[in-house]
Amino acid sequence: MQTIAIVDYGMGNVRSVQKALEFVAPNDHCVLTNDSQIINDSDRVVFPGQGAMGACMEALQENNLIEVIKVASKEKPFLGICLGLQLLFDHSEENNGTDGLSIIPGEVLKFKNNELKIPHMGWNEVRQIRNHPLWNNIDDNSRFYSVHSYFVKEIDSSCVTGTTNYGENFTSAIAKDKLFAVQFHPEKSQNDGLQLLKNFTNWA
Amino acid sequence: MSLAKRIIPCLDVRDGRVVKGVQFVGIKDAGDPIEVAKRYDNEGADEITFLDITASHEGRDTTAHMVEKIAEQVFIPLTVGGGIRKAEDVRAMLNAGADKIAVNSAAIFNPKLINELSKRFGSQCIVIAIDAKRVVDNPPKWEIYTHGGRKPTGIDAIEWAVKMTEGDCGAGEVLLTSMDRDGTKDGFDIALTRAVSDAVDVPVIASGGVGNLSHLSAGVLEGGADAVLAASIFHFGEYTVSEAKKSMQENGIEVRL
Repeated sequence: MQTIAIVDYGMGNVRSVQKALEFVAPNDHCVLTNDSQIINDSDRVVFPGQGAMGACMEALQENNLIEVIKVASKEKPFLGICLGLQLLFDHSEENNGTDGLSIIPGEVLKFKNNELKIPHMGWNEVRQIRNHPLWNNIDDNSRFYSVHSYFVKEIDSSCVTGTTNYGENFTSAIAKDKLFAVQFHPEKSQNDGLQLLKNFTNWA
Repeated sequence: MSLAKRIIPCLDVRDGRVVKGVQFVGIKDAGDPIEVAKRYDNEGADEITFLDITASHEGRDTTAHMVEKIAEQVFIPLTVGGGIRKAEDVRAMLNAGADKIAVNSAAIFNPKLINELSKRFGSQCIVIAIDAKRVVDNPPKWEIYTHGGRKPTGIDAIEWAVKMTEGDCGAGEVLLTSMDRDGTKDGFDIALTRAVSDAVDVPVIASGGVGNLSHLSAGVLEGGADAVLAASIFHFGEYTVSEAKKSMQENGIEVRL
């Protein structure tokens, strides 16, 4: 039995992430936590996020989680979800400018197309532009559920593993060593989302 | 290919059961919400919305418990509305496993509520539910009504939709119900849907009046809706969600199949 730590710093609906992981990995211990020790001792880390980036960064600071997240993202299988992807970057336009965790170089920009409804909400296709174990048994261009008003613009294109089109192409999945992060919500993306989470729990 | 238009089955829930006939009379049992939700999930529903029409506090706990049970087995977005008045109500439903919370009358009595909730929980999970009734025909005007369409508020529906969604702390989505069409099976009020969809920057869910599959496509193609909500056509086996999606696809609408 392995322990999967789901980082809970009071932002968003982390219970959904826990329920989906428990569904795909009933024999694993999926724990919601803001305790650095538990995150350090866990086998895998899931880093969700919802709401505004400024508030998320403040909550991470208040919970003294910044260092432990940085370490975990390098040392063990690590899955960022939604704002948990955006937070990995250097900087975001949100809240008049917010610094991120600078784990991946790049910045987070607001969708600015007047023709489009913002947030980008619903089921959109994810093009798998690179093979990765987390895409196992998921067809290319499968639809995943997203809800977000900002998107990432990475500097290092070698980390891009998935893209989605909403007025323009944007990065919807990134990978670097033991880190994988997605802009969409696998926990709310029915069978393909559950498959991705299952792939994560098996990812060596 | 890009973002798909969504089909959202809506369950009216009272004391933990799915019912039909919200207007206080002729309420008919439509099944166990967990079984119904699983069926719609299997058929390819893009989201599921629960409108809680329970009056008592005890009943509300039953609803939260029901949401919790569904969220353990159904992994698509779940929206809960009905009787949400304050942050604690939102928190309770989110903890139970809801993803989005629809706020209706409470926003009228406290116009700052939507802002407060969006600031605390993120605008992505706050939906402004609007019950609009046509008050003038040509050119058409719509007014917000409360209490199941019986009490006028004097508030213009289009202006209200804009006000509740603008800025950084507005609602992230509009659930727009035509009180004139609700329960009639005559189709959406297309002019209303179009007017709101053109006026706001956030996605709009059209609701009220769906009686056949062509009504769903009309909501998207003519009304400009981003999602369409229906209840009775799905509850009693008239159509499945997958039939509805195929029909929309045949009309050139991008859907998730």
